Amino acid sequence: MTIAKGDPPEPSPTAARSTGRRSHVPDEGSAGAAAIERARKGMLHEGRDLRRTRIGADVLCEALLRQGVDVFFSYPGGVILPLYDILGDYPELRHVLVRHEQGGAHAADGYARVTGRVGVCMGTSGPGATNLVTGIGTALLDSIPVVAITGNVPAALLGKDAFQEIDINGITLPMTKHNYLVRDADDLPRVVAEAFHIARSGRPGPVHIDITKDALQQETRAPHPGEAEVVAGLPGFRPNMDGHPRQLKMAAAEIAAAKRPVILAGHGILHAEAWNELLTFAEKAQIPVAWTLLGIGAIDEDHPLAYGFMGMHGWKHVNRAIQSADLLIAIGMRFDDRVTGNVRTYAPYARIIHADIDPAEIGKNVAVEVPIVGDAKRVLEALTNLVKPVDPVTRADYFAQLAEWKTDSVASSWHGSGAWQAGLLSADYVVERIGALTDHEATYVADVGQNQMWLARYTGFRNPNSHVSSGGLGTMGFSVPAAMGAALGRPDRETWAITGDGGFQMTFQELMTLVADHIPVKIALLDNKKLGMIRQWQEIIYAGNYHSSNLPGPDFAKLADAFGIPAFRARTPDEVDGVIKAAQAVDGPALIWFEIAEEQNVFPMMPAGKGLSDLIENWDGPDE
Amino acid sequence: MSGDSGSTDQHGTPAHSLPPPRPLPGGGATRRHVLIAVVLNKPGVLNRVASLMRARNFNIDSLAVSHTDNEEISRMTITLHGDDVAVEQAAKQLYRLIDVLKVQDATSESTIQQELALVKIRATDSTRAEVLKLVELSRGRVVDLTDGSVIVEVTGTEPEVDAFVALVRTYGIKELVRTGAVVMARGSGSIEEAIKR
Repeated sequence: MTIAKGDPPEPSPTAARSTGRRSHVPDEGSAGAAAIERARKGMLHEGRDLRRTRIGADVLCEALLRQGVDVFFSYPGGVILPLYDILGDYPELRHVLVRHEQGGAHAADGYARVTGRVGVCMGTSGPGATNLVTGIGTALLDSIPVVAITGNVPAALLGKDAFQEIDINGITLPMTKHNYLVRDADDLPRVVAEAFHIARSGRPGPVHIDITKDALQQETRAPHPGEAEVVAGLPGFRPNMDGHPRQLKMAAAEIAAAKRPVILAGHGILHAEAWNELLTFAEKAQIPVAWTLLGIGAIDEDHPLAYGFMGMHGWKHVNRAIQSADLLIAIGMRFDDRVTGNVRTYAPYARIIHADIDPAEIGKNVAVEVPIVGDAKRVLEALTNLVKPVDPVTRADYFAQLAEWKTDSVASSWHGSGAWQAGLLSADYVVERIGALTDHEATYVADVGQNQMWLARYTGFRNPNSHVSSGGLGTMGFSVPAAMGAALGRPDRETWAITGDGGFQMTFQELMTLVADHIPVKIALLDNKKLGMIRQWQEIIYAGNYHSSNLPGPDFAKLADAFGIPAFRARTPDEVDGVIKAAQAVDGPALIWFEIAEEQNVFPMMPAGKGLSDLIENWDGPDE
Repeated sequence: MSGDSGSTDQHGTPAHSLPPPRPLPGGGATRRHVLIAVVLNKPGVLNRVASLMRARNFNIDSLAVSHTDNEEISRMTITLHGDDVAVEQAAKQLYRLIDVLKVQDATSESTIQQELALVKIRATDSTRAEVLKLVELSRGRVVDLTDGSVIVEVTGTEPEVDAFVALVRTYGIKELVRTGAVVMARGSGSIEEAIKR
């Protein structure tokens, strides 16, 4: 079938071109070269003979390589040019030239989400830096390890309102895990090593490094620190990995006493790579698993104990199970308002065990009976050892009730809707077919809004880190650039960006990056010519006052064609499989324009401020 | 609209057993809290702390900062009003800052609390003697004396300083500056030694 599947992407033409040494460097073996070598003796570093002064920008590249970075997403500009000037000496660092810094930040984010490694994006000062901000915020709210690097004006000009100067450190301060301003190249090795350590350790998050132009140009011999040195230099950063034994014992006692327990699996399970531990624990204690939006993939959705996606647009049966549970075991999630709705009426019968690596998350939104601060993997391991194996027969009544609710809820929410019956294309059907025709083995990258909820509900996720979605910040325009990073991070999997027409029109300039860098992302554009979720809220909550939710778009097939991307179009259900297969057969990026029913809603829906028991399940609109 | 009615019978649980609403964290009675934060003495650390308190919706009453006996380590004394759970949340959020080494809520501990204020009081020929007498009785110290005014230094707990300020207000306060409370727990225990492990 597809040529793209399993094949590593073509090397970037940019990278291929830039492998040659800079032209002013003397030829190998020439007298000039020997002279330079003598002059630069002692400037050799990392086994690399630069034949020129080692400058701050070199230190940055070395540090990235030491951290295992193989690709980064960036856009040049005045003050970061010293880096671009020497980048050709580091061909193993793949540079992806994005078309907008926001795309770079989302790409780094997408890369990090599918690999579990730190994603890297860069930009220049001023507008380059501010363009990164939305991507950094997205990474913060979803705890994604991203290191964002910006150039800044020379130190002497800082604070003088120089050209393209903005206080980006001040801007990123409240939206990063930590940030740095580097004015001295000698500080760079330590700062970069610390930044990566902070970004990926404990609760992950974005770290921003701002480097003045003169620091990038400054000659330096500063050595790179080892990991132990880095840890020792951060006395205020000691994430607590192991849950307190007393708390774990209390949790085990609660679990033993519970009759209707539910596990709430969050993003922390993916961060801790604790999916096997989750499964072992759930199977031993025979507890069904519900998941948050970002917890998708923590358990194979086909597993008998996998119960479903919770929250505002979650499955009714899952929210019912939570509302009637007597014990919630929340692992690596944070009781976001999209998960709980009105906290006053949330899970009224449940006692709560809450395990998270960030102590600040515990007791923040919901008061809990058993707090556990620790890494999801270690907590689940410890709990598994403490609980007694449960015979599923003892939970027969409970499981029968859950099964009944599930059958009922799945039957009522499937696309047996007005839109479907009228022969219109139903978005949930499209998403379901994409899941099926990719054998549920691809990476699926959501945008924000209705498409995001359809994707979460109907794709059928089998693997960890296969679902990429801007959950916390809800960043429209996320999917195409994030899929770009995800495809480079996991070239062994097909990568699908599932987006709406609104989000797509925010960042589609990255189509050119997909083409130029041969990144084989398949884009499923669910076009309802509306800001669908806005329209849905206006219909249901704002009495049908449809202000600004109509969104005329261009001819998306011509648009894709202009970028050199093959485009396919489907308007009816029977065209769906054909276009998906056609897009899969394209060697490289492809776009499918699904013209879906214009007024389809995502149900069930919990109106903001209401409780999980107040789900709206349908509406008398024409397309339901 | 045909949404769930919210009744409990659909969840298989009898309606009469509906428990009371879940408590909201941070919704309790507020009182004055004192947080002591031991931080690395790095550029921007004050900004980080202040920015975090603003972003998390805490209003700082006073904030006193200086370095400790170790020049690489600073100590902040933050006073704020809030519900106990909310202030605990503030302390946990402070802990998330990489430059913060230790946070302690000293509210319930036995502590020494002192604040220093400089008060520039209007003092004419007719009132000067009266003002100086009050200063003496309040154990204040005159640090500047001119034709029309007197600057008084007072040290004490926040209520003591409040009381002095109220006392001299009738004469006219031209200027007032207060350091904010600095706080230290009584006894031989040490928050700074605790972080050194």
